[in-house]
Amino acid sequence: MTTIVEIDDLKKVYDGGFEALKGVSLDIREGEILALLGPNGAGKTTLISTVCGITNATSGSVRVGGHDIVTDFRAARAMIGLVPQEISLEPFETVIRAVRYSRGLFGCKRDDAHIEKVLRDLSLWDKRNAKTMELSGGMKRRVLIAKALSHQPRVLFLDEPTAGVDVELRRDMWKVVAELKASGVTIILTTHYIEEAEAIADRVGVIAKGELLLIEEKTALMARMGRKTLDIELTDPVETIPASLSGYELEIVQDGAALRYSYDTNADRTGITKLLSDLSGAGLQMSDLQTRQSSLEEIFVDLVADNGKEEAA
Amino acid sequence: MNLRAVGAIYKVEMARFFRTLAQSFISPVISTSLYFVVFGTAIGSRIDQVEGISYGAFIVPGLIMLTVMTQGISNASFGIYFPKFIGTFYELLSAPINFLEIVVGFAGAAATKALFIGLVILATSAFFVDLTILHPMAMLAFLVLTCISFSLFGFIIGIWARNFEQLQLIPLLVVTPLVFLGGSFYSISMLPPFWQGVSFFNPVVYLISGFRWAFFGTSDVPIGLSLLAIAGFTTLCLAIVWWIFRTGWRIRT
Repeated sequence: MTTIVEIDDLKKVYDGGFEALKGVSLDIREGEILALLGPNGAGKTTLISTVCGITNATSGSVRVGGHDIVTDFRAARAMIGLVPQEISLEPFETVIRAVRYSRGLFGCKRDDAHIEKVLRDLSLWDKRNAKTMELSGGMKRRVLIAKALSHQPRVLFLDEPTAGVDVELRRDMWKVVAELKASGVTIILTTHYIEEAEAIADRVGVIAKGELLLIEEKTALMARMGRKTLDIELTDPVETIPASLSGYELEIVQDGAALRYSYDTNADRTGITKLLSDLSGAGLQMSDLQTRQSSLEEIFVDLVADNGKEEAA
Repeated sequence: MNLRAVGAIYKVEMARFFRTLAQSFISPVISTSLYFVVFGTAIGSRIDQVEGISYGAFIVPGLIMLTVMTQGISNASFGIYFPKFIGTFYELLSAPINFLEIVVGFAGAAATKALFIGLVILATSAFFVDLTILHPMAMLAFLVLTCISFSLFGFIIGIWARNFEQLQLIPLLVVTPLVFLGGSFYSISMLPPFWQGVSFFNPVVYLISGFRWAFFGTSDVPIGLSLLAIAGFTTLCLAIVWWIFRTGWRIRT
């Protein structure tokens, strides 16, 4: 797959000395949806802002479609659309004029047919003559997306696109993102909502304290790092775990009505068969079994926590 | 050059002007009329001619300059500050345009508005006094250059300002006093010698004097000096804008 954005050893140190990016390197593939996860202050927005030209990098380089963002900034930026985190719109401007303005800023010839398509796709066509200040928060966010798509970018950056958006609108937004991907647009989104990354991303990158901790296919990440738990519901509750089962590191849950066993899905042997046999040997009778895979959120929390521990050490 | 982007900025800024046409158009007409009523008729009728020109006509160039300078500054500073204030400035930074194009768009629109208002005042004054313009081309050139240079100055103030108070600070504390003391309503020669000497340190004196020369052929300072002053001020503003462009001062973090 072709690389469309190449980020190489990107560093950003702000005037006060805060190191927001500590040498991030990242290749973004054409046509993919990449979700960047990370806690507040991780450097996600700085990374996006630097690629888009809002913030100057301290060192390192970024190329978009082969164009350097500093020396060939016009060609690089022409390929990019940006939806910022904050809802920032000229309040007295109408929706359609605001979107046309964005297209003009990118040096594109007026194209009413394209603008109409973008507005219709985002369910904004009926609101085209409304002033932006008259719109709801969700609608305003759609206008930001429409502005970012006005010049037909090949790469779209969405910085927390669904922050503060209700569930229904969030799902609508995911639909829009999926349609954009289908049309060939590469999408990079930052999010706090792990379920968002889980639902729509092809790859997931985790950033913490200015460092890219990992970047991996979402499914591979979940398979590699995902742990499963097996809840064994017992016919008769227990208060202690029998000594013969001590090697399994079982946990008593549901007030003794069940035992929880954690295992690695990627291990050669999960140990389940032997555990079930040993349970029977210990005189415990099962009434039901349930397995659960850890979510991306749990993986993310583990990663960030591990990183914190390493730094402390 | 990304001319479409320049055009887009220019059009949006002009649209803001026309959206508030009542304030943009009616207020200078009313204030000019008031100046003529107060200075031209009430006070002016008791003042002899100044350098052979009726006082009402004498104040026209100063009045136009006073307005275009303050309008140029306020339009350009507000024009660029407003996107910073509401957060839409990101769009300018992430678009494939350079800073010079941003300046041309914003300062160009501000200069156009100032020029428009200057011409409105000129037309309004014709209802109150008999006006002759001896050097119309020079008058127009002075007017256009003043609009451009003060719009550039306003643009710099808009980039510099971190809040609305700062936006008003320089126009109120520096520009307005300089313009009022720059011979808008009097000839420098009417002042005592000491204050005449002090006045020549005021750059606005040279602009108003030159502009008045274009109307009546008389001036406080030689026309060459006036041209030098306006050229110098424009160059200074362009140099600062260029420096802002090079360093990203108060624009990019």
